[in-house]
Amino acid sequence: MSEALKTQGTRVPQPEMDLESVGAEYLTFLLGAEDYGVDILRVQEIRGWEQVTRIPNQPGYVKGVLNLRGSIVPIFDLRERLGMPGRDYDKATVVIVLKVLDEYSEKSVGVVVDGVSDVLNATAKDIAATPDFGSRLDTEFITGLASAGGKMIMLLDVDKLQPPAGRENDEFDEA
Amino acid sequence: MVIDMAQFHQVFFEESIEGLDVMESGLLNMDPGTVDPEEINAIFRAAHSIKGGSGTFGFSEIASFTHVMETLLDEMRDGRRAVTAQAVEALLRSVDVLREMLKSVSAGDEIDADEVRSQQNELEAILRNQAAVDPQQETTTAAVDDVTPSGWHIVFRPHSHMMRTGNDPLRIIRELAELGDTEVKGDASLVPRFAEFDPEECFLSWEITLHGEVDRSAVADVFDWVEDDCDLSVAPIYPEAATEAQPQAAPLAVQPVAAAPVPEQDERRKGDRRNDDRRAPVDRRQGDRRNGPAAGGSSSIRVDINKIDGLINMVGELVITQSMLSLLGEDFGMDRVERLQDGLAQLERHTRELQESVMQIRMLPISFTFSRFPRLVHDLSTKMGKKIELKMSGEHTEVDKTVIEKIGDPLVHLVRNSLDHGIEMPEVRKAAGKPETGTVHLNAAHRGGNIIIEIRDDGKGLDRDRIASKAVERGLIPEDHNLSDQQIYELIFQPGFSTADQVSDVSGRGVGMDVVRRNINELGGNIEIESELGEGSAIIIRLPLTLAILDGQTISVGDETYIVPLVSIIESIQPKREMINLVAGRGETFKLRNEYLPIVRLHEIFGIDSVNASELVDGLLVVVEGDGKRCGLFVDDLIGQQQVVIKSLEANYRRVDGISGATILGDGSVALILDIPGIIRLASEKKPLESLRKSA
Repeated sequence: MSEALKTQGTRVPQPEMDLESVGAEYLTFLLGAEDYGVDILRVQEIRGWEQVTRIPNQPGYVKGVLNLRGSIVPIFDLRERLGMPGRDYDKATVVIVLKVLDEYSEKSVGVVVDGVSDVLNATAKDIAATPDFGSRLDTEFITGLASAGGKMIMLLDVDKLQPPAGRENDEFDEA
Repeated sequence: MVIDMAQFHQVFFEESIEGLDVMESGLLNMDPGTVDPEEINAIFRAAHSIKGGSGTFGFSEIASFTHVMETLLDEMRDGRRAVTAQAVEALLRSVDVLREMLKSVSAGDEIDADEVRSQQNELEAILRNQAAVDPQQETTTAAVDDVTPSGWHIVFRPHSHMMRTGNDPLRIIRELAELGDTEVKGDASLVPRFAEFDPEECFLSWEITLHGEVDRSAVADVFDWVEDDCDLSVAPIYPEAATEAQPQAAPLAVQPVAAAPVPEQDERRKGDRRNDDRRAPVDRRQGDRRNGPAAGGSSSIRVDINKIDGLINMVGELVITQSMLSLLGEDFGMDRVERLQDGLAQLERHTRELQESVMQIRMLPISFTFSRFPRLVHDLSTKMGKKIELKMSGEHTEVDKTVIEKIGDPLVHLVRNSLDHGIEMPEVRKAAGKPETGTVHLNAAHRGGNIIIEIRDDGKGLDRDRIASKAVERGLIPEDHNLSDQQIYELIFQPGFSTADQVSDVSGRGVGMDVVRRNINELGGNIEIESELGEGSAIIIRLPLTLAILDGQTISVGDETYIVPLVSIIESIQPKREMINLVAGRGETFKLRNEYLPIVRLHEIFGIDSVNASELVDGLLVVVEGDGKRCGLFVDDLIGQQQVVIKSLEANYRRVDGISGATILGDGSVALILDIPGIIRLASEKKPLESLRKSA
């Protein structure tokens, strides 16, 4: 796990930070070779991967549920959620626990990522709109693209990560 | 010093409502003609504390109304008045009026003055009635004066200990002065010499003449709190009599019988005027109250002190165990392992006890709900002209507070149904060879992990054919149906279904049974009907004991562990090959005694690959029941029984078919709790099963 994260709670503001243009801070992480980011205010905690309890008849990316200090938190595999091939979990595999909102309530969910990398400070002008890939690529989870250090970072809309509400076994209805 | 009285309002309301319950149940137990002094005393005390409390908090309407009730009760208590059915009825109605008043006041609404007035008149009429019968008897303040006196002559002699009760005579005299002009004559003749003088005692007495047209009740209110701690006489001064030498002193709460009865209308008009006079200050007070902090409807719970003591003991034990363990940990060697194990066992025991005690706090006896039924049955049977006896048993059965709150309305509905549709009119019963008095039996009991509430009557029972024909008429079932009795009875839970020929104001609108069922289902319970035509019917409600903890059987399927609620399990068997049959080559069934039950393979339903027992004979069949259907749930193994704390899956995820919740096991991992009715539904749909095969 990256050092930047362990200290995120006590991070001192960087001197060059211009108060006028303070944007949001994003926690960035890796999925394969790609960089992604989520709004850091939505991050509750970061923890290593541990065995979860499987939930029957759920979409494949729902790995199961975890006991997070007494509450039951579902864990999603972010690769699979975004339609990428899954991979085996190892010691570097990390679960980011996020706060997500749906129309009724605030929930906690965990997402499995390959590894966390950094905290990125991006203002509105640093963020570009997501190009339209047409039907070739579903970009519903991506709110924008930020660039930092020559890398492109895809910013995720965490509220869309939950499986759509409604039918419990939607995955199987089509079958 | 300003004390915000609003903070005590909630307590006052709660206590008053409890007082009303006491009064109500006492009144219902009272047989006209015979007087149980204890019973009347209890009712009287309840009325008295409501009066006192409402006086303190400035709810003067309640205080003056209760005062009349109290007067009546007082006379009954002293045996000066016979306990008549009429008086008891009037008092019961007064309890209702009082309840309404309390509700209005606590909600900050206007009190229905007309209703209060008419009820008060009724009580007063009863009080006057007695006076007419026995002219020696004195009527009370409540009697209406024909002429408002022009003033009052008051002799006020506090007992020497009065100031110790926290009452200040000076304050009382000041209060009187607010009512009108006063002339006060002090009497210091009893004051002892200085050496014998005790500054905490009161040696003074006063003669007060109050000028002005003041209500007797207003004067009485001033002395409300000191009545028992002083010699007091209050006598009216009439305009024509004012010039007479000495006004006659008469004891408080006494009105000369000379007061001629006035025509009813006249009295009513006067009453209205008084109410109008009072209204202005009331409105202002209500305005204030709305802004007060007590306005919020916070929920509180009253806990038996024994339960709290038990809890504190438990915590004490826990602390001792903890310090013992930490001492052990300071200097630990392998030689002390045994002591460590002992300590841990103790810790486990105490934790479990603590958990049980904490859960106990939420438990209340179901009598909280049952207590309203004697009254309901009493009122409704009178109204409908039926003779009905209500029997109650198991009132001490404890259930979760949430259950108490939610079960009340459904139960009222069911009891009303029993009274209205179940029990026949006395002549019909006689003709059918049954006793004229019908019986409704309310029973509550613990059975397994459930609470069973039964409403049983010996009325005419459900008419199967009539329900069926109504259902056909409404197109709910086809004409050539082939339904069992149970399935027919189920129809009455359909929204809008009613077999009553006439809609009465008691029931018959067909609204409700569906709501009853929904409420009970929301509590995780179910409802069943037993009935025999002409013999009676019973509604049986089954509810979980508590909504937070469940007795579970841990089972394993492959690598997964699940919890089956113990209440759903009938038995577990190891299947033998000869028990198993195939229906149409696919559906597996097994024969259990005389019944063929479908087999549901949990690993198929849940799509679990790593199964240890793929052959039925290698695993176990857990015979489960849900929504009246049974099946054999095929699992690998039974692990053990334990109590589990129910956690919601929906809090962070969503509802999952076949799963009712989750729990955390001793090792910190999560186990899912099976929803047996849901699994039976899933199995009958078969859909997930096939699609799983496809996706596998």
